[in-house]
Amino acid sequence: MSAPTGITRVTLLKDLRLEWRSKDAINSMLFFSLLVVIVFSFSFDPSAEESRQIAGGLVWVAFLFAAVVALNQTWAREIRNQVLDAYRVSPAPANSLFIAKVLGNFIFVSVLEALMTPLFIMFYRLRALGPAWQLALVAVLGTWALVVNGTFFAAMSLRTRSREIMLPLLLFPISIPALLAMVQATTAILGGEGARFWIMLLATYDLVFTTVCLLLFETVLNAE
Amino acid sequence: MSCESCISDWILLKKAFPILGVLTAILLAYAFYQALWVAPTEQTMGSVQRIFYYHVPSAIIGFMLFFINFGASIFYLIKRNPAADMVALVTAEVGVVFLTVNLVTGPIWARPVWGIWWTWDMRLTSTLVLWLIYVSYLFLRRFSSSGETPLLAAALAVLGALCVPFVYFSIWFFRTQHPQPVMGGGGSIDPRMLHVLLINWLAFSCFAFLVCWARYRLEQLQREVDAAYAMESLRDPRRST
Amino acid sequence: MISANPYLFAAYAATWIIHIGYLMTIVRRYARLKREIEEMRKAGVRP
Repeated sequence: MSAPTGITRVTLLKDLRLEWRSKDAINSMLFFSLLVVIVFSFSFDPSAEESRQIAGGLVWVAFLFAAVVALNQTWAREIRNQVLDAYRVSPAPANSLFIAKVLGNFIFVSVLEALMTPLFIMFYRLRALGPAWQLALVAVLGTWALVVNGTFFAAMSLRTRSREIMLPLLLFPISIPALLAMVQATTAILGGEGARFWIMLLATYDLVFTTVCLLLFETVLNAE
Repeated sequence: MSCESCISDWILLKKAFPILGVLTAILLAYAFYQALWVAPTEQTMGSVQRIFYYHVPSAIIGFMLFFINFGASIFYLIKRNPAADMVALVTAEVGVVFLTVNLVTGPIWARPVWGIWWTWDMRLTSTLVLWLIYVSYLFLRRFSSSGETPLLAAALAVLGALCVPFVYFSIWFFRTQHPQPVMGGGGSIDPRMLHVLLINWLAFSCFAFLVCWARYRLEQLQREVDAAYAMESLRDPRRST
Repeated sequence: MISANPYLFAAYAATWIIHIGYLMTIVRRYARLKREIEEMRKAGVRP
């Protein structure tokens, strides 16, 4: 079992190194995250009591936008350099590549979330009245849900016209149950309740969709 | 394109389809009459409740078609059978049409009964999400420039179908936390109403079958024409498509 | 017996408009395809 995990590790490290080296991409994504939070603050007045009640939803919509931009961006680089064809002819199992890509995207999106969260907390004066550790769990599970489907659909969108719009078109409907769970869980925890049901739903969703995406990725990768 | 298949095809089409079409039209007319005249008037809602006889069968048939789409997509993923792919495409399209009917009649019913056009109630919301998933499937079909579109579409269909239980569970729990009036009423149904409902469901099912058949035939023809063009441009590159 | 309820009428009408609309798209595409096949036959292409 060392070969697939080795490939995963190598691919992941390569992606991370590339991201780190191409500071342009990171800088623009950072600035984008800041912009999103500020635009949201102007659109949904943080001082209003209602806004704090919907803050859970606002945060996740912001994360969703960031994830879509990040996902579109990571595959774009692959296409430019015809990396995908190299993947296809390499003996590496498609699963390893998929996991590497998902992990890379997960790290990337998590970094963006980690940057946006303090801003949201500051602007909206958020405070977790419920178990705060559950928030971390929701963040991890929720981000994984978006990223695993997003990476899969991004690969699918590669061979479509209007590639950039195709990703959200495919991702959003299928992510709705997960989105509902993320938002409701965050709102509940911020409001002082636990979110056990939603966390379990997210965990199950992650399990099912990760498995199926792994099973189907080889098919999608090899589709000419 | 073999001649034997197109002749037997032609016979089947020319003979069976119009007969079934007429029978279905009669059945639909009968169901229409039943819904508007024979079915008893509901106590609280009045005649508006009769929308029920069109609203509910549309949903049931839409879900049935999506289930067939799921089966056909899995079959395609395993066997790469082109007929399975066409069945998947056809059932998705016709399913979307039926769900559109459901989503349009829903608000028209809600407005006089509840005073609002839309309520994020369990059934309407789930139907909407399902509709979104299959519309995105149709978009993938339309926008994909890959030669392996059927494969990608089949993968998407499987993911979409797997999403369905999550859609139901998440919205169900959401609704138990934020209760709202349930559209279409819960509880038991008058057996006479059930009878009319079943008749309409049967009539629309036959209608759906015929529409799928026609769409399937159209798709078949389209692919034969595309294949002929492809062959032609291979044989004679000077011919432009 | 139904009372003339505009919403009821609207719902039933909407249903049939949607169904007939979809059927029309099938019929139109079919007619166009038939025309294409005719042109192909005339151009000597064997469909």
